[in-house]
Amino acid sequence: MDELTNLSFEAAFQDLEALVARMESGNLPLEDSVKLYERGQRLSAHCQALLEEAELKIRLVDENG
Amino acid sequence: MQTFSVRELTRYIRDIFEADEIFADIWVRGEVSNLTKARSGHWYFTVKDSAAQLRCVMFRNAARGLRADVRAGDEILVRGRVSVYEARGEYQLYADRIEALGGLGDLHMRFEALKDKLDAEGLFDRGRKRPIPVFPAQIGVVTSSSAAAWHDMQNVLQRRFPLAEISLSHTLVQGAEAPAQIVRALERLNRRAEVDVIIVARGGGSLEDLWCFNDERVARAVADSRIPVISGIGHEIDFTIVDFVADLRAPTPSAAAELATPNRDDLLLDIDRLRNGLASALGDTLSERTRELGRLQSALRFTTPLKTVQHERRRIEEKREQLARAQRLQIQRWRERLPHAAKALEAAHPRRILARGYALVRDEAGAVIRAAAQVSENQRLIVELARDQLKVRVDD
Repeated sequence: MDELTNLSFEAAFQDLEALVARMESGNLPLEDSVKLYERGQRLSAHCQALLEEAELKIRLVDENG
Repeated sequence: MQTFSVRELTRYIRDIFEADEIFADIWVRGEVSNLTKARSGHWYFTVKDSAAQLRCVMFRNAARGLRADVRAGDEILVRGRVSVYEARGEYQLYADRIEALGGLGDLHMRFEALKDKLDAEGLFDRGRKRPIPVFPAQIGVVTSSSAAAWHDMQNVLQRRFPLAEISLSHTLVQGAEAPAQIVRALERLNRRAEVDVIIVARGGGSLEDLWCFNDERVARAVADSRIPVISGIGHEIDFTIVDFVADLRAPTPSAAAELATPNRDDLLLDIDRLRNGLASALGDTLSERTRELGRLQSALRFTTPLKTVQHERRRIEEKREQLARAQRLQIQRWRERLPHAAKALEAAHPRRILARGYALVRDEAGAVIRAAAQVSENQRLIVELARDQLKVRVDD
């Protein structure tokens, strides 16, 4: 995919929130808005995919761990 | 002075008892005497010590729930509320729980003693409570891997936030070995320092079952944890010392798993909302820029040089038309005046004067003679008459 593949949910979600807030504050050049929009779309798709595809991982922590 | 009926006074006294916070829920320690277990299932007894005694009643439902039998002479802790039995004018304890001292009663005393001690050390202070991370990447769980509570927690975690990695630090959760094991389980997670939050959990059980969570070593291990701890021990009504020192207390293990995680369904809605926010923010920017462009375009049309030339050309055209109109008007005026002028001209013609008998005298060069001084003797002159002319010579 792209540079988002290894981005954690938390980082991607917070990125997305900040990005939307920035776009909503207005006063951005159109070109920047379009770039942010495209990145926002990728971030939201990434977050959604992480949530929908995740399977709980469990490991045991014993004395040797 | 006001006079009461007995009923009114007794009701008044009862209201005072029932408004009191301490009377509402209280533990009393003493020896059981005069115990009557009525056929109705209710128990009537007295609890006394060397100086005083207290009437007690325990209703059928509460008595039936008692785990151990109670006999006269037993040293007990009894819990309930103090109120007034109006029919007999007696205050009494309405008991809902009895613990035999020497066994569980002793545990209560130790519980209260440890609670007071740790409280005095400040271990329960609000200021010590650390925030629980919103998006825990790794969650540590200290519980028994064979317990139903662990199974319930996995379900909650899978449903709410399956992105989290769970590190299970297994331990016994009851019995004499449990406190030391719980301490080690906590230490393992702290040593690895990978998890963002730790859940210490155990399903419901008796006071003895939950006792390891009232152990001072366990309480201190929770307080010393460098990672925030959520406790989820027993049921809603059970409070342990660990609950007091934990950063966050959940009423049950499942509730602890919920408090440790965001809810996937909520997050999916949030993501949807953010995605809509993206689209509408871009839409706003686009329409704003479009409006701006329109403004600029119309401003441009008014400032173009072509526009100026066209404007000037139109002005010239107008002036030219104005001029032509003025000329036409002038000519027309002249044309209207011409007949008058012709008549006036006609009227002023010398021939008209000559016709009336006057004559016009000129010299041979044609100059009009107006005075005798203009001519000399023998000069030839021409006299013009209405019809013809005379040639004459000046005589004198």
